[in-house]
Amino acid sequence: MPEAMMTVAVTPLLAFLPVAVPAAGAIVHVIVGYRRGTVWVGTLSAAIVLLTSIVLAAQVIGNGMPVTVGGLLRVDALTAFMLIVIATVALLTAIATPAHLAAEIAAGRASARTAARYSALVQLFLAAMAAAVLAADLGVAWVAIEATTILTAFLVGLRRTRAAVEAAWKYVVICSAGIALALLGLVLLNYAAQQSGTGAGLDWARLVGAAPSLDPGVTRIAVVLLIVGFGTKAGLAPLHAWLPDAHSQAPAPVSALMSGVLLSVAFYAILRTKVIADIALGPGFTRALLIATALASLAVAASLLLAQRDYKRMLAYSSIEHMGLLALGAAAGGPAATAAVLLHVLGHGLVKSVLFLGAGHLLQSTSRIDDIRGLAASQPVLAGCLGVGVLALLGLPPFSIFASELGIARAGLGAGSAVLAWATAAALILVVVIAAALVNHTSRMLLGEPGDGAYRAETPGAARIGDTMTRTAPRLSRSTAAALLAGLLAAATLGITTGPLSALLDAAAHTLTGTP
Amino acid sequence: MTTGLYVQLLNLSAGGLLLAAVLVLWRRELTVIIRVFAAQGVALAGLVAVVAMHEGSPELAGVALGVLVLRAGVLPAVLRRALATNRSAAGGDVREVRPLVNVTASLLAAAVLTLLALAVSQPLVQLAPSPATQAVPIGMAVVLIGFFVLVTRRRAVSQLVGFLLMDNGITAVGFLTTAGIGLVVEVGVALDVLLAVLVLQVLTGRMREAFGGTDLDELRELHD
Repeated sequence: MPEAMMTVAVTPLLAFLPVAVPAAGAIVHVIVGYRRGTVWVGTLSAAIVLLTSIVLAAQVIGNGMPVTVGGLLRVDALTAFMLIVIATVALLTAIATPAHLAAEIAAGRASARTAARYSALVQLFLAAMAAAVLAADLGVAWVAIEATTILTAFLVGLRRTRAAVEAAWKYVVICSAGIALALLGLVLLNYAAQQSGTGAGLDWARLVGAAPSLDPGVTRIAVVLLIVGFGTKAGLAPLHAWLPDAHSQAPAPVSALMSGVLLSVAFYAILRTKVIADIALGPGFTRALLIATALASLAVAASLLLAQRDYKRMLAYSSIEHMGLLALGAAAGGPAATAAVLLHVLGHGLVKSVLFLGAGHLLQSTSRIDDIRGLAASQPVLAGCLGVGVLALLGLPPFSIFASELGIARAGLGAGSAVLAWATAAALILVVVIAAALVNHTSRMLLGEPGDGAYRAETPGAARIGDTMTRTAPRLSRSTAAALLAGLLAAATLGITTGPLSALLDAAAHTLTGTP
Repeated sequence: MTTGLYVQLLNLSAGGLLLAAVLVLWRRELTVIIRVFAAQGVALAGLVAVVAMHEGSPELAGVALGVLVLRAGVLPAVLRRALATNRSAAGGDVREVRPLVNVTASLLAAAVLTLLALAVSQPLVQLAPSPATQAVPIGMAVVLIGFFVLVTRRRAVSQLVGFLLMDNGITAVGFLTTAGIGLVVEVGVALDVLLAVLVLQVLTGRMREAFGGTDLDELRELHD
């Protein structure tokens, strides 16, 4: 069978592509710079990675076993799914990036040199995220996740304003300190693994095998440190303070990537940890931790969203809310809840990146909610995308967040744990409060008379002097509009049917729960 | 090496590690703090070297050398550079003026944190009692003191030192428990730490450009 032989030889190479292709893209930008020929390099690289991930997913499901390359890379259904999430959001943002950079260069806030540096850093950032989910060894995954902090630090502080420098400083200090706690957790887990006599090291699959013989006392400390540490990077309370600052100061496509996928990549590390912890300590321990962090995150998001005046911070707090929901779903455990959590990761990634890309378009003039009025009248396409996006984010059907939130809530109420059921009920109340706040802020921005805020979009009187008005948002470019619509369309389709993705979701949930 | 000498050297280097962490809390001159941090790097390298000699592992001896170069040489040099740019710009901007918690209270806190570390580390010691694992609580205490420095100090450079103290403590725990977590991961971790510190050093420069100093109290642009 020549075809089968070829597959065997090609698959290990395929597993390297999600890291190698963006890395090559970064090299292109470093050498050639940012010019007409390289504008679409990011889009091309994201498209190749997406195709590769789909092929890998098909292979993993077809063979029913993970693809491994040496002891270095390991592609199981969960990894393949995360790669698809990363590549999809990367593709959406890459399509919108050239228009964003062109507008920044036109406004004098960027030059061809900074654009090249920006593009190279984004490509390396994508490579690091792919490496984090591909790594077989939890230690290597840690190194890759910390590398994302370093790479995005300059993207957050790109504009060098006081606010941007402050956000970058807080981001690096809080995330590095948090992730250092996770490193301590890994060190202790490694210690427990060595003492178990199984020689498992930090290789995830072998650790799962060795989990029953891990010392519970040491593993307990390690798991607390790992969940708090990776939780910091995932924007979960109590160490979430960096997130609103970083996400509001980064350029819009970077905010989309950070909110849409980077948080989920860190959460992926928590999911992997949970598998080991549940076997070694029983499901009650991580469940209690995750419920506490989920409710704290939701409460923080709700209290700070109510009187929010900045719409990028509004979106950032909404990300904290959704990470809290993921933690709640993970606390419920079980195949149905886990599949819902993974679907939520994809749905949130799509919708949040659409919203950040759309908001970023406005940001090129102002970021205050009060400064924007009557967007629906002046920029119907942008306003429509933002409005529909917020509705999707709230969990309205037909979008996939509706299905995944429903799945998480049902699992939480039906898991047979009274604490979990009460926590889910409390979470649902907080979600309703957050929804009210989001609807209120967004409707003020989209509806109303265009003239009553400081921001005047192209109303009839001002349209002719639009070019001289500094606070007028540039018109939505076709590529950005296409990205926004594609993201919303994908989220809606996923809400109606997950199609071929269901097999992957089920297999990934199986990886995480060990049940068919 | 006899067991008695091994235990003594191990305890000596671990004690040096803790002493340096406490000295960071005690002194206010940032130049002195950096010097103390470099001394802690030497103690950490000594600790790894002692473990290497005990296990007779040339690979670990190489790691000890790497630790010495990174933590007693390169990182203090980066910190000194961050400080030098500050000094030339702000004319003597080199003292930790008003820490959030004063020195006396900080030293008391260090004592409490050390006791806490002893209590928390009990399961770690009990899993495999040996001279090395009995020193693990000291590593944990250094991590906690580093975290304390990170949250209570207001100069950018002192926060950096706090982060690096945490990292020294984690490295110490790693070598005391298992003689390291694999070469790939270790090199990756060292690289990440170095890059994070370089990034923060660049950011202190930019902070000075934007705010005219590196007093973190000035960071008040972003709030809800």
